[in-house]
Amino acid sequence: MDAAVKVNDVYKSFTNGKVEVKALQEISFEVNRGEVFGLIGPDGAGKTTLFRILTTLMIANKGDAWVDGFHVVKDYEKIRNRVGYMPGRFSLYQDLTVEENLSFFATLFNTTLEENYDLVKSIYQQIEPFKKRRAGALSGGMKQKLALSCALIHRPSVLFLDEPTTGVDAVSRKEFWELLRQLQVRGITIIVSTPYMDEASLCDRVALMQEGKIMKIDSPKGIIEGFAKPLWAVRSANMYRLMIDLRALKEVDTCYPFGQYHHVVFKNAGETLEHAKQVMAMVSEVNVEIRRIPATIEDCFMALMRR
Amino acid sequence: MMADTAISVKQLTKRFGAFTAVNEITFDVKRGEIFGFLGANGAGKTTAIRMLCGLSFPTSGEATVAGYDLFRDAEKIKKSIGYMSQKFSLYEDLTIRENIRFYGGIYGLSDKEIKSKTDSMVQQLHLQEQVDKLVKSLPLGWKQKLSFSVAMLHQPKIVFLDEPTGGVDPITRREFWTMIYEAAGTGTTVFVTTHYMDEAEYCDRVSIMVDGKIDALDTPMELKRKFNAPSMEEVFVQLARKAKRGE
Repeated sequence: MDAAVKVNDVYKSFTNGKVEVKALQEISFEVNRGEVFGLIGPDGAGKTTLFRILTTLMIANKGDAWVDGFHVVKDYEKIRNRVGYMPGRFSLYQDLTVEENLSFFATLFNTTLEENYDLVKSIYQQIEPFKKRRAGALSGGMKQKLALSCALIHRPSVLFLDEPTTGVDAVSRKEFWELLRQLQVRGITIIVSTPYMDEASLCDRVALMQEGKIMKIDSPKGIIEGFAKPLWAVRSANMYRLMIDLRALKEVDTCYPFGQYHHVVFKNAGETLEHAKQVMAMVSEVNVEIRRIPATIEDCFMALMRR
Repeated sequence: MMADTAISVKQLTKRFGAFTAVNEITFDVKRGEIFGFLGANGAGKTTAIRMLCGLSFPTSGEATVAGYDLFRDAEKIKKSIGYMSQKFSLYEDLTIRENIRFYGGIYGLSDKEIKSKTDSMVQQLHLQEQVDKLVKSLPLGWKQKLSFSVAMLHQPKIVFLDEPTGGVDPITRREFWTMIYEAAGTGTTVFVTTHYMDEAEYCDRVSIMVDGKIDALDTPMELKRKFNAPSMEEVFVQLARKAKRGE
């Protein structure tokens, strides 16, 4: 079976005043059918540009791409009929009610809310009590659910979600990912972008992106296993001083704050716990707690950035 | 107010018609403290920050910010604080030098001060080659670091940072927090909001707002102990799950 999305050497640049910005630098990847595929990276990584090319709203300078077997330039109309797209900015009609927005998008795709109700049901039921309310007067979480309902109304084969959880609190983010899992079970391929590294673990595979390039593509597990050196979590009373001291040591390669611990990598890859403890004895902080930990996606992302 | 208190708030309330956005919040922030101000979307954080910056007049309560009464001396407060957010920081169509000069002028710095501040800031941030380029040509991470330095230009007693690291890459995010630590180390009080729960761990104390009220306020360690939670993320989720109102 062919891939849900195939991207081949896509290049796109813009000029911002006199500055040329290379938004995408010859990137290639494939997304399998039924997969939740994450594009993970900060602002400026090229995630939105990639979405716009794949949803046929923008044409690449070079390279080819196919969505659901159709070419993004030659077959753009076919693609528009079979993908759902939720842009980063709320893009529904603020002056229409919830109900009117849904029926507007349903009409565009020659369908009705009833026809694909099974797909939208679990999401729509949460906003149904407000169906007479104007979209502009909805809360942020509700807007997001309405936008997702509208993107699903024509039962798309591929769903593109551009940073659906940006600026959303930790609780609402969890709930949104639960919704995505439900959609995946219905056989929809989902391509979702996020700047939150911790959300990578919720995808089947992810592409780690930075400044228009894909640094790595793999399953979250594969990416973590690719972290080359032993990683240590350390903690003491004065975390800031501990960081300053560790960074000054020639034995230490990197030391980054990670919540309540600092994550430390030594220059010598074969460190034992005993030797790691000896290094900790060199800092001014006392009673430094240290233990070996598995890397997180964020550790891997930062290691790739430093290359 | 005691000399080592930067912000003191008592039963501060803001109503919009029948809606109580901020409902009798009470807390103190110490001088030089890094104070994390967390809450679910719609909990009332932005309204509270707008009041503390003198941009929105409270409905009731009491507050002093940087030693000035919020009800009587809002203009003096504005001169004593710095502010930056993810959404608004620098003017994209001005160069780095022009932005520094613009904000320096607004805060009443002399030309001489502006010049020396520009030099030291550009050197510190390694922007020597970019100083006469438009801000819009800078990567987001650099922009946010510059924006923070500009918010600190007039050596404010308190700096308010509203989601300063949103969308920023993980290395720059940590460099940004190093700048926050340095600012706090020189006695500046840092009042910061974030959606990254690892950053909540970097604060000296954290308050969590739910539905207009402060539901918890303590050091990260104490909060984790009280809520029997392994991380601040877990503390936050426990509290925010019970929120009734949306954004």
